[in-house]
Amino acid sequence: MYRYDEIDQALVNDRVAQFRDQTRRFLDGSLSEDEFRGLRLRNGFYIQRFGPMLRVSIPYGMLNAPQLRMLAHIARKYDKGYGHFTTRTNIQYNWPKLEQVPDILADLATVQMHAIQTSGNCIRNVTTDALAGVARDEIVDPRPYCELTRQWASFHPEFNWLPRKFKIAFSASAQDRAATVVHDIGVHIRRNADGELGYTIYAGGGLGRMPILATKVRDFLPEGELLPYCEAILRVYNRLGRRDNIHRARIKIVVKEHGADKFRQLVEEEYARIDDPALRLTAEDIERMRAHFTAPAYAADAAAPASFAQWRSTSSRFAAWARRNLKAHRVPGYHAVMVSLKPIGGVTGDCSHVQLDALAELAERYSFGEIRVTYDQNLLLADVRERDLYALWQQLDAQGLATPNIGLITDIIACPGLDFCSLANAGSIGVSQDIQQRFEDLDYQYDVGELRIKISGCMNGCGHHSVGHIGILGVDKHGEEWYQVTLGGGAGDDVAALGERTGPAIARADIAEAVERIVQVYLEQRGSEDETFLETFRRVGMAPFKARIYAESAAEREAA
Amino acid sequence: MSRIIRNRAIAADDYTTLADDAPLPAMGQVIVSLQRWRAERGALAGGGLRVGVRLANTDDIALVWADVRERPLIALEWPKFADGRAFTQARLLRTRYGFAGELRAVGDVARDQMFYMRRCGIDSFAPRADQDLDGCLAALTELSDAYQPAADGVVPVWQRRRRHA
Repeated sequence: MYRYDEIDQALVNDRVAQFRDQTRRFLDGSLSEDEFRGLRLRNGFYIQRFGPMLRVSIPYGMLNAPQLRMLAHIARKYDKGYGHFTTRTNIQYNWPKLEQVPDILADLATVQMHAIQTSGNCIRNVTTDALAGVARDEIVDPRPYCELTRQWASFHPEFNWLPRKFKIAFSASAQDRAATVVHDIGVHIRRNADGELGYTIYAGGGLGRMPILATKVRDFLPEGELLPYCEAILRVYNRLGRRDNIHRARIKIVVKEHGADKFRQLVEEEYARIDDPALRLTAEDIERMRAHFTAPAYAADAAAPASFAQWRSTSSRFAAWARRNLKAHRVPGYHAVMVSLKPIGGVTGDCSHVQLDALAELAERYSFGEIRVTYDQNLLLADVRERDLYALWQQLDAQGLATPNIGLITDIIACPGLDFCSLANAGSIGVSQDIQQRFEDLDYQYDVGELRIKISGCMNGCGHHSVGHIGILGVDKHGEEWYQVTLGGGAGDDVAALGERTGPAIARADIAEAVERIVQVYLEQRGSEDETFLETFRRVGMAPFKARIYAESAAEREAA
Repeated sequence: MSRIIRNRAIAADDYTTLADDAPLPAMGQVIVSLQRWRAERGALAGGGLRVGVRLANTDDIALVWADVRERPLIALEWPKFADGRAFTQARLLRTRYGFAGELRAVGDVARDQMFYMRRCGIDSFAPRADQDLDGCLAALTELSDAYQPAADGVVPVWQRRRRHA
């Protein structure tokens, strides 16, 4: 993975000193609360419902063992012993004290980490496919492009005070596992007809209050032109993005208000005028960055098909885990191992300091010392030998990290919701736990198959409800928690789509029941066991689901 | 006379900012709005005045360049701290249009943005009244390096790393 050189390290160290001084000036009253707010957000520091929250950056989800141990240390020393992984592949701590944040940032800097631009109206953490570098369907490893983009975007003097936050994601495979079309810029790395590398550029996607899929801006952009083109998009946005209404300030509104054709024209005109050779990447620049992401020394004797078959036949628990939590690896004998952060009745994405330390150990022992955070709030050990699978599973299981539910109905994406977040209208964690408990039975989960539930506690959509196969959005109704349900959304699936609303909001007490009814309709309606929930929904439409969700239950009829 | 920062030093502000309805002095250095400059260009340019022009952060540089290109000073406005449009204006004036005069930040100008303003080509700062000028001066160099090109001649890291390879 990428290692800092002296330039990266100096900048991160300078940033710690800068924030230490800003914090000192805020505490002595010489920096106003309003002004400090913008500065602390750019260092990942929020004031939340019960206290502050610190969001630490994990660029495109990559972590090494010393970094994991540092995250564990921070959880122990400055927090209540755990952290929370997010859909932006960052980690959040919910209980740090403002006075200690400069020390936390200084600790992070010792392992080449920071919290720069994890919040605020600036360019946020760049994300990509968790399977980057090991996926079989990948054209090229997207991470070198992500790192080049990260560096370009860090402390960018022109684009640090945008109308609103700005998110960039990369995908380099046929299946877009990074949900790029719901990003402000989505980059699809591809080859043109002549075999040259380049990008299809999308812009103006986003979730939140007004979910919208991105517009294609450029069908093929040559490889060296990535940064000038990003500058053109950001410049159009910085000039024309609305600043009068926070809810209409994302770039998607610029695209919408000017129209896709006009927006494309503005970007292309700006790009044509950016004639700065300094921004252009040469083949050599990209090669040099690629050298940071070379394949590890894979063993020739990694495969163990006989043992693997035997473990599966002797342990049904191992077999269940192997069936759900292993992903295909491009190197024979290796598996990418998903570490579930969705234990039944747990809190989506949470990880304790003990687990973080254990994962550091396991990463070193079994996966070349690296681990990744995934878009769906799980972790991934990307390079595990087949012959180590059983030993790894036992140790993950001992830590409560082997729930065999990846991609299933209990592998729920959820924001922290009303329990922690000052923006939320309703709880997410409790709803997630209710649904998990209702579907706890593994055979039932397997029968239902691939089904993604995504829950957000408010319109801001941090839980990506708009692109859930089943999306659940918390709303406030006269001080009570209610939930709007959508069906048929998808991102990171075969087709990206926004979900369709089922009808009126559903009360907190009825939401797990509503999900169960949706699942029943799917099981009744599906053409075969191979037909997924999304396929069935697209075939039969909303009507049968709607009829069942809002039908009175037998108990209700009796009561009436 | 209020104090500003110019060319990385604290200096006396030798320009007077004129409201649109304020009478014109016969001599000296003044900053007027673009509207006034356009309306009274003859009177302003004719006498013994040295005239700088203040732009709104919504002005499109492409459309105003012809009016301001000869001016010794252009003032760019930060109406509030968090409104970053003038960063783009500054960078365009320096790198695309080659403006070589004094480029001044006015309005809600505070030390914590001055490093970035400087990188975008601002060389003159009229900080908010509550600002400590020594602190502002130090803030101009508070990060020791930068990754990307802007308007301050920084060679981007990817180019510098070519030489180290």
